[in-house]
Amino acid sequence: MIRLEKRPQPSRIWTTITPLLAVLLTMLFGGIMFGLIGTPPLETIRTIFWDPLFHPQFAGFSRPQLLVKAGPLILIAIGLSIGFRAGIWNIGAEGQYIIGAICGAAAGLALYPMDSALILPLMILCGALGGWAWAMIPALLKVRFGTNEILVSLMLVYVAENILASVSSGLLRNPEGMGFPGSRNLSQWSSSQNLELVPNTGMHLGVVAAFIAVIAAYVLLTRHIEGFNIRLSGAAPRAARFAGVSPARTILFCLGLAGALAGAAGLFEVTGPAGQISIDFGSGYGFTAIIVAFLGRLHPVGILLAGLLMALTYIGGELAQLMLNVPAASIQLFQGMLLFFLLGVDVLTNYRVRIARREVA
Amino acid sequence: MDLSSISPVLLIASLMISATPILLAAIGEMVVEKSGVLNLGVEGMMITGAVVGFVAAINSGSPGLGFVAAALAGAALSLSFALLTQVLLSNQVATGLGLTLAGLGLSSLIGKPYEGMKAASLPKLDIPLLGDLPVVGRMLFSHDIMVYFSLLLVLAVWAFLKYTRAGLILRAVGESAESAHALGYKVVQVRVAAIMFGGACAGLGGAYLSLVRVPQWTEGMTAGAGWIALAIVVFASWRAGRVLIGAYLFGGISVLQLNLQAAGMTWGVQYLSMSPYLVTILVLVFISSNRSRMSHDAPANLGQTFHATR
Repeated sequence: MIRLEKRPQPSRIWTTITPLLAVLLTMLFGGIMFGLIGTPPLETIRTIFWDPLFHPQFAGFSRPQLLVKAGPLILIAIGLSIGFRAGIWNIGAEGQYIIGAICGAAAGLALYPMDSALILPLMILCGALGGWAWAMIPALLKVRFGTNEILVSLMLVYVAENILASVSSGLLRNPEGMGFPGSRNLSQWSSSQNLELVPNTGMHLGVVAAFIAVIAAYVLLTRHIEGFNIRLSGAAPRAARFAGVSPARTILFCLGLAGALAGAAGLFEVTGPAGQISIDFGSGYGFTAIIVAFLGRLHPVGILLAGLLMALTYIGGELAQLMLNVPAASIQLFQGMLLFFLLGVDVLTNYRVRIARREVA
Repeated sequence: MDLSSISPVLLIASLMISATPILLAAIGEMVVEKSGVLNLGVEGMMITGAVVGFVAAINSGSPGLGFVAAALAGAALSLSFALLTQVLLSNQVATGLGLTLAGLGLSSLIGKPYEGMKAASLPKLDIPLLGDLPVVGRMLFSHDIMVYFSLLLVLAVWAFLKYTRAGLILRAVGESAESAHALGYKVVQVRVAAIMFGGACAGLGGAYLSLVRVPQWTEGMTAGAGWIALAIVVFASWRAGRVLIGAYLFGGISVLQLNLQAAGMTWGVQYLSMSPYLVTILVLVFISSNRSRMSHDAPANLGQTFHATR
């Protein structure tokens, strides 16, 4: 008879080992899945995890993509993780990302074709504010009416997608685009472009912002009273209230921060890699970032590593699509599996597995 | 715009069709939540049911088999959720989200070769006598069997929870798992059974979308229906009868906005399409604003992990 015994506190060793174990299990079961759909398992796994970094022919192109993809994932996941720590489940980052991009792009396009170094900073500010405002809707509703933030933030993703479809064929449509939906190309306008800072590294402003966010979140969570309050609210809500931590303030702070970071991520994307507001701008980063946050154990450094790993599966997935005809959806399933295995093996962090004979009562 | 082209009879008839998938998923989720488990994976199970039902119906030529396969697929997927949350004691919110993400990936992987195909749909049951009534006949008595099945299911769930011993045990497990455990009830077994029932219902709801409502397979076709079902459970304050009202209300809104689009309302199609989601938010706000009632209605152990120490 296998019995689980709760540990007094989570095991430190297992906290580090479980994500690696989950990755290994995902590779194993992912390989079986690839085998089932008729692609060579070992080769597919190698194409996803190894070739983007070390393949003599493709690595030169795909290595910079790593930071391009990891940047928004890390930036969004950092914001989400702080909320998750406090027990606030913002799962609408995708919507905040889209609205941030729209607001930032709109601010820039309003000034087109002016030439100024201040335009990009203004756009970043508006992008973050847009995401912040979008996240304030579930936050204020939760504070004022106690409305479930999970459902509201998620519903707002669908609303944001409809707004995106509307503005890309209406308000923000490129007047010189011959009637095609989609805005002007922001990455080709010198005042708004968010280019690589160091050639061939993929390092653009958004990646820098992601790194800064990692450091800031680390300081916040380990060295600042606000971070302590957030962790306290998550671990023991009643104790937090007795200690004078205002639940309303925590909700507004966590959701607002996550929204602002997601909005900024959207803006960096629209001025850089994506280039324009278009109907298919929302690419699912907001949802994948949830996996990144958990895979990184809601810890800033963990999220940094998890973001890079998840970016690798994106790029490797594209490569596997190209080389081995692996369907795009299998990569999405692969990422979902990763989260599942992680949550499953997490039992080892919080519980001891004891093998004992069943006692007779 | 020509509002007179919207016929109230057809509106109510199509309302029942469009409400059925959400109703099926919501009534299943209500049972799950009554047992104290919050499964946020409804969307993932629904879309898996949609694709599996569609594929099974195409390959077998029978929509009935499609529904059976969809229910099995939903239940199988929910079993993985049950394993994680009940045996491996993982966080229910995170696991549910993971289930949705995995379900979305799985469904588009399975459904890719079937895009653009058409499956045999369910025949309409023209109920004799009742179906021939002048207005009411077309409105209420000329639907396919799943519409009536969903209504019966609501009735059955209501009676099960209210009048049977097993229903009482299920509610006890949801209100206080500790006490139920102390009385000797198998908390984990009850919860696993409830989760699988919820999964099967979500699968049926998804299959209704892909086999009757739309009827074809497109990637991401549930478009938040599973999340709306979750919202309806909250709206219904965990009561079967109100789940029915909630689902028909939302069915009505989505049919009305489609009718307005079809009636030639040209400005802002997108604003009409977002209306079901906005109404969901408004209703949630309205329901939750009465906070003391809300906390009274929700199963007391909802979302909490149960670990038997003794």
